[in-house]
Amino acid sequence: MNKKKGVSYAKWGYIFALPFCIAYLIFMVYPIIYTVVIGFTNMKGLIPPPLDFVRDQAGNIDLFANFRAILSDSMFKLNLGNTFLVWGMNFLPQIVLALVLAVMFTNNRTKIRGQGFFKVVFYMPNIITAATIAMLFTSLFAYKMGPVNDLLKTLGIIETDINFSVSAVASRLIVAFIQFWMWYGYTMIILISGILGISPELFEAADIDGANGWQKFLYVTLPNLKTIMLYTLVTSMIGGMQMFDIPFLYNSNGGDKRSIRTASIYIYEKAFSGSNWYNQAAAASMIMFLIIGVLAVIIFFMLRDKDEIAQHKIERAKEKEFRAEYKRVLKEQKEKAKGGAN
Amino acid sequence: MDKKKNSVGSIVARFFIYFFLILLAALSILPFWIMAVNATRNTPQIQQHALSLLPSVHIKTNWAVFEAKSFAPMTGFMNSMIVSAGATLLSVYFSSLTAYSIVVYRWKFRRAFFTFIMAVLMIPSQVVTIGFYQMMYKVGLNNNFLPLILPSIAAPAVVFYMKQYMEPALPLEIVQAARVDGAGEFFTFNRIALPIMKPAIATQAIFAFVQKWNELFMPTVLLTDSKKYTMPMMVSLLKGDIYKTELGSVYLGLTLTVLPLFVVYFLLSKYIIAGVALGSVKG
Repeated sequence: MNKKKGVSYAKWGYIFALPFCIAYLIFMVYPIIYTVVIGFTNMKGLIPPPLDFVRDQAGNIDLFANFRAILSDSMFKLNLGNTFLVWGMNFLPQIVLALVLAVMFTNNRTKIRGQGFFKVVFYMPNIITAATIAMLFTSLFAYKMGPVNDLLKTLGIIETDINFSVSAVASRLIVAFIQFWMWYGYTMIILISGILGISPELFEAADIDGANGWQKFLYVTLPNLKTIMLYTLVTSMIGGMQMFDIPFLYNSNGGDKRSIRTASIYIYEKAFSGSNWYNQAAAASMIMFLIIGVLAVIIFFMLRDKDEIAQHKIERAKEKEFRAEYKRVLKEQKEKAKGGAN
Repeated sequence: MDKKKNSVGSIVARFFIYFFLILLAALSILPFWIMAVNATRNTPQIQQHALSLLPSVHIKTNWAVFEAKSFAPMTGFMNSMIVSAGATLLSVYFSSLTAYSIVVYRWKFRRAFFTFIMAVLMIPSQVVTIGFYQMMYKVGLNNNFLPLILPSIAAPAVVFYMKQYMEPALPLEIVQAARVDGAGEFFTFNRIALPIMKPAIATQAIFAFVQKWNELFMPTVLLTDSKKYTMPMMVSLLKGDIYKTELGSVYLGLTLTVLPLFVVYFLLSKYIIAGVALGSVKG
């Protein structure tokens, strides 16, 4: 009886993993497939016509019409460009500042005091609602009677108020700054834990070799942080390509919305305003999906760690062996039990 | 080395480092400080000097403006609370359950399943919105909180974290001992594994809650009835023309939307920072 129970435990693994699988199928896999399908159909308007493939004027099925419409839409190109631009403008300074701070905080020689305080304060904007922050910065940079204008005037930097919201450059800079400001604390904490994870022996060896601080950073810290920095790059890129909240609500009191419209806002407005182009919005989603996927694969290919892959293979082989052994023992016991019964 | 520490150059360098750090800290705090202060000032005061570090006394007048407008902080708070609490509970419970299935049981597709979870960890969920919306619209679940809550049952990132935590923290001997004592598998999970997972559950619960509380895209797509608006959606109501002349009220409204987050953050910041650091260590 015992042996039989031993076999049936595996069943519980399936049972316990079931809710996850069902929820994933319903709320992720099905919507993905559905979105792909919609991209090839005529689903348009608040109450769409009976579902059919998208057709040209002559009535022939023209499968990729929605994709072509998106790819030739200059607005989509502009919005895609905005997305990349604003993400890049925030990511580069973000990773540099985070790296500088992480090195500063982990340096044994300078021993910065109040690290706990600084970490808490730098990370704080990250957990505050992005929608609120976007509206807050809209108010802070308001034309006439905005706090930033007030500050600049008080400091004597400017004489008359600047209308930040009508300038494309200023709008993009501010949105990029908000993203940067919300995320550098997070990136810093991740890099700190990455640096703390580097074996101290490496630094000691560098000390013995007479390396100075800069050399240690260049030849010990940076190479060992490669994986974690690429991980940060991928997650930031995936998040950045979906940037929505801040550009959606920033400049909402009139002002230049065009220069900060991102791909996500494009998709949202395509589907949920005007003439409800669900099909074209779905096509645009798939194009974004592909762009993100291709970029992520390229970066992961760079990130691929050969040692880890080898280790993985060994583990898998071990497990296979274990399972075979387990089955063999089970069988033996069964036979023995049979023999005993006889 | 000691000599170097006391040299003038080093002292100057330290001065600049601290100056820089304090500047960054001020940059983090100041926008929220201005927000909170201006929430207590009236429009003429703000128009005269938008930047003030000292609060005033007009918080009640600013609050009164909301009465006639669609911005309803209490409704938003309750709605966000229902969505965030529901999603958080489902997320941590079922993620623990899924992680448990991978760690404790030796089923055939265990490794493939975990690889799958790792692979889908980073699928950008926002790009499947159109299909998700259409599906929910067809079954009449738009303007309902369920589509915002139920998908949290499958949270790959949380499963990954729970599995990493569970492997060293939950010795299989304990599970076996429970079986010997005649405990059922669900009982063992609920009464023995979950209590051991408490620290990991607390960390992930904070993050899941905050993330859900801040979410804007999905609720904006699904909820059109203003009675169902969540807190971040309420924020967008503050942009209308009616608030152009009520500057203090806008700041007060913004402050109200994030007040709960500040409370949570200052109570739990230690665990949150530790959680961020832990989440990153994947080798």
